[in-house]
Amino acid sequence: MKRSYLGEFEEIVLLTAAVLELQGQAYGVAITHEIIEQTGRSVRLNQIHAALDRLEDKGMVKSEMGEPTAERGGRRKRLFTVTAYGRRTLQEIQEVRVSFWSRLLNPLNSLGFGALG
Amino acid sequence: MHQAPRPMPPELADKLLRFFLADDRLEEVLGDLHEDYRWQVNRVGERRARWRYWWDAIGFLKPWTLKRTINKYPTPTNTTMLRNYLKIAWRNLIREKGYSTINIVGLSVGMGVAMLIGLWIYDELSFNKSHQHYDRIAQVMENQTLEQGIQTYGALPLPLSQELRTQYASDFKAVAATTEFEQIITYQDKKFTRFGNFAEADYPEILTLRMLSGNRQALRDPGSVLLAKSTALALFGNSNPLHKLVKVGNRYTLQVAGVFDDLPHNTSFKNVTFIAPIKLLFESSEDMDNWRSSSFAIFTQLNPGSDFGHVSQKIKDVFRKHTQDKAQSSLFLYPMADWHLYSEFKNGAYAGGRIQFVWLFGCIGLFVLLLACINFMNLSTARSEKRAKEVGIRKAIGSMRSQLIGQFFSESFLFVATAFALSVVLVQLVLPTFNEVADKQLIILWTNPIFWVACLSFSLLTGFLAGSYPAFYLSSFQPIKVLKGGAFRVGRFASLPRKVLVVVQFTVSVTLIIGTIVVFRQIQFAQNRPVGYSRNGLINITMNTPEIQGRYDALRNELLATGAVSDMAESSSPITNIWSSANNLEWRGKDPNRPAAFGTIAITPEFGNVVQWKVKEGRSFSRQFSSDSLAFLFNEAAVKLTGLKNRNGGPPVGETIRWHGKDWKLIGIVKDMVMTSPFEPVTPTVFMMNTNERSLNVIHIKLNPVLSAHDALSKLEPVFKKFNPASPFEYKFADEEYAKKFAAEQRIGQLASFFAALAILISCLGLFGLASFVAEQRTKEIGVRKVLGASVFNLWGLLSKDFVTLVLISCLLSTPITWYLLTNWLDNYEYRTELSWWIFGVASLGALAITLLTVSFQSIKAALINPVKSLRSE
Repeated sequence: MKRSYLGEFEEIVLLTAAVLELQGQAYGVAITHEIIEQTGRSVRLNQIHAALDRLEDKGMVKSEMGEPTAERGGRRKRLFTVTAYGRRTLQEIQEVRVSFWSRLLNPLNSLGFGALG
Repeated sequence: MHQAPRPMPPELADKLLRFFLADDRLEEVLGDLHEDYRWQVNRVGERRARWRYWWDAIGFLKPWTLKRTINKYPTPTNTTMLRNYLKIAWRNLIREKGYSTINIVGLSVGMGVAMLIGLWIYDELSFNKSHQHYDRIAQVMENQTLEQGIQTYGALPLPLSQELRTQYASDFKAVAATTEFEQIITYQDKKFTRFGNFAEADYPEILTLRMLSGNRQALRDPGSVLLAKSTALALFGNSNPLHKLVKVGNRYTLQVAGVFDDLPHNTSFKNVTFIAPIKLLFESSEDMDNWRSSSFAIFTQLNPGSDFGHVSQKIKDVFRKHTQDKAQSSLFLYPMADWHLYSEFKNGAYAGGRIQFVWLFGCIGLFVLLLACINFMNLSTARSEKRAKEVGIRKAIGSMRSQLIGQFFSESFLFVATAFALSVVLVQLVLPTFNEVADKQLIILWTNPIFWVACLSFSLLTGFLAGSYPAFYLSSFQPIKVLKGGAFRVGRFASLPRKVLVVVQFTVSVTLIIGTIVVFRQIQFAQNRPVGYSRNGLINITMNTPEIQGRYDALRNELLATGAVSDMAESSSPITNIWSSANNLEWRGKDPNRPAAFGTIAITPEFGNVVQWKVKEGRSFSRQFSSDSLAFLFNEAAVKLTGLKNRNGGPPVGETIRWHGKDWKLIGIVKDMVMTSPFEPVTPTVFMMNTNERSLNVIHIKLNPVLSAHDALSKLEPVFKKFNPASPFEYKFADEEYAKKFAAEQRIGQLASFFAALAILISCLGLFGLASFVAEQRTKEIGVRKVLGASVFNLWGLLSKDFVTLVLISCLLSTPITWYLLTNWLDNYEYRTELSWWIFGVASLGALAITLLTVSFQSIKAALINPVKSLRSE
């Protein structure tokens, strides 16, 4: 299976972006806060921006400028959307993990004995 | 409703970001930061939020966010614009022929000079580098603390080599003693006099000779000889030289055991045309164990991992352990990398050498190139008024400044590229002459990537240097001012940079003129130094065959009988050199711990008559006194060094000097003769008749002045042939040998004057261009003045005045610079000329005259124009 390599951090960012996208909130600072709150990591804004840049280079997200907001001093947000390729990549990562997890939880399955017990 | 003031993030951080961040990022980043700030204020309080804000803002200063031009629009094809630039540049070049010629000629001469100098420096720096173990080879040298200060010698005793080889085997991979000789090499009827070495077996190994046949170890067999390819070719033609027998010095018959490729021109060993085993020079192995005779050069190759400084420390006292009479002597290693450029020692430490010339020429090259660039800048800015409209219109119709900069740079690069092509042609043409003057074998390094990289970067640099000022200056014009119609006026100080540049140019030129004059005066001065003997018709012949030695008296009688010789003598050194020295003389009142070095020369009694020296006190040697075999003559320098006086405080004739366990009587004092360097003080010298101490090697002949030199020599030749049929008849004129001592200085002088001339030429080209520009600019003014009655002379003065002032300032500026530089240079010489004021005056006048000549052409031309023509257009 060949695809663009996605780092663990990038994966989290991409995943968060995908989640926030549903609320139309996938932009730098929101993603940062979400990650801080959900994972307890102390990430910094510029790291998120760098990761989003890399993801955009890899074609996993697209971005466009949103509407100006008052709380940002009238500045626009850069809103991200996860591309189909990005989604598929996330899914593949998920599948690989699930398949490993299932073998770990139920070792017999992986040996080909089926659901015996 | 009351609203609390909103906490504001630090403004300074925002400013920082605004300054550094790329525009397309700024909005989003600032927005995110502000939003984050408010969130953080609620979370951790304002103080920490501010702290975090700063921290984050700095985090954004990463390469991927920094300011850079991002092309928002797809670029059509970049070459289109480039083609357009070049096309316009080409049209400009063609339209302004005079201006283009001045620029291109100036630049190509400047680049040519820089290239020549670059090649020269490359050659100097790569000297000796062709030896494979270049960085591990060293010569063993000795520092002796003497009455005259610490003296450094490279001549050492042979057994030292063996000692180093065996006792310090862990440090030295190879050690070889060697001595250089000029010998006659004979094969059948072919005879040549060649320089070569008698050396120990490791010698070819150290030099890493490239063997064409045979092997490097062949010298272990004492009956063998290695020949250079050129020698082998001269002796044997196309037949195989291996195992043939050749005679060296008519004394040793040796078998050719190998042929090595000629050493390149730029190594210290370029003279090596044959190598014979050193053992041949000795009759027994006891002779070879003589620690008292220092006449060999010892070369070493270090093992990897040993370093020169370390090993120098280890071997410091090796020599002293074996000799008792040396009070203060220490050995050290002199790395091959320093041989060529740092060849002078003063008080036991490096005191420069050719490295000074490398610096000197490097500076000259840079300056000449700079002069050419200055011309380019000056002329471009001078023409700026003409092109101002062009710039204005371009800007008005939407040219960006960067495009104009691109335009001007492509013009300068086109100029530089043309000039570069021309300069390569120039260099190719001049190279043979240059090589002759510089005594080099330089070639353009067509196949050397370093050369091309250097040329490319130096063209780019020149293009950039030459184009930068016009590009940035011209493109800065405000279209509104330029286009307002005639309102564009360069301010009062607009021409100031141009003036400064002209002053810089002429300062460099005048400095070079003065430098050249002083170099030549110094050579003249040393050449006119009273040498203390007469060089007229004086020739010397080196005796390097056994046939002549021992039959000297018969030879002398026959030569005198030809009538071509007025007198003849023998000595151990030629008149233009001192081949041997001693530092173990003892005299009354001498400090036993401070040895003093003397040149020692054995002569026959006729020597004084032949060279026509002057005996100041006492008498010269005579065959009538058998006691003269234990007598000395001193020169004045030797008297001064010893500080000897007789009992009455007068000249010390009659004093006794102890040397090699014998008492020698000082019977006379002769006037100083310049036998070594004409720039140095006269070497304290001891003359003796005793041939056990120093063997006689050279015959001096004073030709009969009645005959022409040619006739006299043709009479001498048959006599020499008769006595010495095996050797070619080779003689050297004393005056020619003496002249060779100035070769290095002469060479530098010629090169410097050549470069100085070119520098002046380039400066004048620039001046010529500027003058023509000024004349053109003031055409109307001149017309008006003429109509109102100004004479041609008035106008000429008007136009020339400015330039003359600038050149005068240059002269004033260059005086202290040259004074400082030349005083330093002259300090290298003990015997030196003084810097006199008139040199500065002459150089200034010269520069002024050249300026006037250059400018006058243009100003008179302008002054002669019919005002009807120049005023008609309005």
